[in-house]
Amino acid sequence: MKLLRVFAILLLLPAPVAAQDLGDPVEPVTSVETAFEDEDEGLTGGEVIDELAMQNLSIAIASFATDRDVSTPANGNGTAALGNELARVVFNDLKNNGLFKPAGPDSLPKPTYAQITAPNWPSWSNRGTDMLVHGYVRARGDGRLTVGCYLYDVTLQDELARAGWVVPPRDWRRAAHKCADLVYATLTGESPFLDSRIAYIAETGPKDKRTKRLAIMDSDGANHRFITTGRSTALTPRYSPDYRRLLYLSYTDGNPRIYIYDIGTGRQTLVTQSTNPTFAPRWSPDGKWILYSMAVAGNTDIYRVSAEGGPSIRLTNTPGIDIGGSYSPDGSKIVFESDRSGSQQIYVMNSDGTDQKRLSFFGGRAATPEWSPRGDQIAFTHIAGNFRIAVMSPGGGGLRHLTDSWQDEAPTWAPNGRIIQFFRTTRNSGTTALWQVDLTGRNERKLPTPVDASDPAWGPILP
Amino acid sequence: MKTRFATVTLLASAAALAGCKTTAPDVLPPDPGATTTQTDTTNTLPAGPQLGTNEHFVNSVNGQNIIYFDTDRYNIDSADIPALQSQAQYLMQYPNISVTVEGHADERGTRDYNLALGERRANATKNYLVSLGVPAGRIQTVSYGKEQPVALGSNEQAWAQNRRAVTVVIN
Repeated sequence: MKLLRVFAILLLLPAPVAAQDLGDPVEPVTSVETAFEDEDEGLTGGEVIDELAMQNLSIAIASFATDRDVSTPANGNGTAALGNELARVVFNDLKNNGLFKPAGPDSLPKPTYAQITAPNWPSWSNRGTDMLVHGYVRARGDGRLTVGCYLYDVTLQDELARAGWVVPPRDWRRAAHKCADLVYATLTGESPFLDSRIAYIAETGPKDKRTKRLAIMDSDGANHRFITTGRSTALTPRYSPDYRRLLYLSYTDGNPRIYIYDIGTGRQTLVTQSTNPTFAPRWSPDGKWILYSMAVAGNTDIYRVSAEGGPSIRLTNTPGIDIGGSYSPDGSKIVFESDRSGSQQIYVMNSDGTDQKRLSFFGGRAATPEWSPRGDQIAFTHIAGNFRIAVMSPGGGGLRHLTDSWQDEAPTWAPNGRIIQFFRTTRNSGTTALWQVDLTGRNERKLPTPVDASDPAWGPILP
Repeated sequence: MKTRFATVTLLASAAALAGCKTTAPDVLPPDPGATTTQTDTTNTLPAGPQLGTNEHFVNSVNGQNIIYFDTDRYNIDSADIPALQSQAQYLMQYPNISVTVEGHADERGTRDYNLALGERRANATKNYLVSLGVPAGRIQTVSYGKEQPVALGSNEQAWAQNRRAVTVVIN
């Protein structure tokens, strides 16, 4: 018998299914135009940087200057005030993620527009600043904004990197995130991660009657939007790699089913036209494939379907629960969860379902594996007493616990594979919150969300 | 065919596990809806719940519309059999009644797994009812995973109450 078999010809119908739980559509993502080329390519080495040394590097982020203070839809007080806000966003990106020793614009002198490309070196070296970030914002004739970002080494009195972006006023924060990413990537040699978004589930209400809504926000919690109204329970979202779609589970027709929600049109379709319940949706890294899990007569297996519809292929066929799944960055392998051995454990298989092997041999249960975008680690939930976020190598070795709380689960990787978000449930009260921790296990912090939050899914770097 | 195989397996595992008793909750959760009925009985007839309502079903099976499971388990064991027999008897007596079996898990599991586990519990319950003669077409299943606890504490007693399959009459 063939391991893989076409389960059924289940076409994705273009017509939207009853979308009674959806709110107004939100703005789709647009790509940011580069204003001038980065003259310094920055460091590109693959070495993991020394986190402690990094945290001793002092970096000043001065208010961004403007050539002339004019009104802008991005800030009620004009482009000069917007310049200060831009620097604040850069400062908070670095500070909140435990990066370097940053000082923000509110505690620093404001450079003039001319000083952006010719820093006042003595004033910065007198403050003991190692690195300096300058920037400017300029209102363009076409209504958009140009934002420039410069990184200087104060000791060397030299420019390390510069970049500029043209953004519509509503995307002004993205320019600041890109500036923070430029600073981070240049100084550490790591890939950027801050100009990205997070999908998650917003929770309100008592423990036995929780309202759970699909919501999205920027990586720093700004631009928060609800996608569903909360009339039916929504769970486990995943952003498509191009940010155009969201996969999530909804009880909108009374049963748990995976939907593909199109962000631009606000319409959604079922992942498969089956009456069986579907769970645990995932994207392939290239966005061409969707993994989902489906229970047939109580037995749950993992299926793969083209993101454009067509037949579903069953990838697992053992009795028991095979669920979840996360692709390796090259798309060749899938790490998933199965209780075929008697308890939840982590397995790996080729992306066509062949060569299934158990990876986790730690004692306790191991669940919700997520492959790092760098490919070098698998994050998961280790259940042995407490529920803890842990990482291991793709071969199953090198177990390291990153958190230790009563119930931490569902890790999701930053686009650069250096930070993990997850959600933490409080014993008894059942309240939930999004948290993040870096790969060293340090810099654990709670993310600000308007209400309780669970099931985070961190998307890739924005276009 | 498949159902019959599952039934045999279930019966076998029920027999095998006869000595391994499910940790039944010390405190039973309240019967959904059972408390609100008696109020407006004005005079004449002792008007109990109407046939076709969930209340009628719950009353008729003496509140045994719920069965309980061990951690991560979904097998029907000996402690559950009287409840399921009583449910099956009711459904055989009223052939126009259809039910949904809701499968639930406690909070000490990850979200996706608990959804699949709840589905498995609901199906095990359904299969047992089918083995007792109830037509499969009259039994739907739905899993709520850990999304709808009835006991709100974070302790063994509360978790035992939440690992359950609830049979509900659909109108």
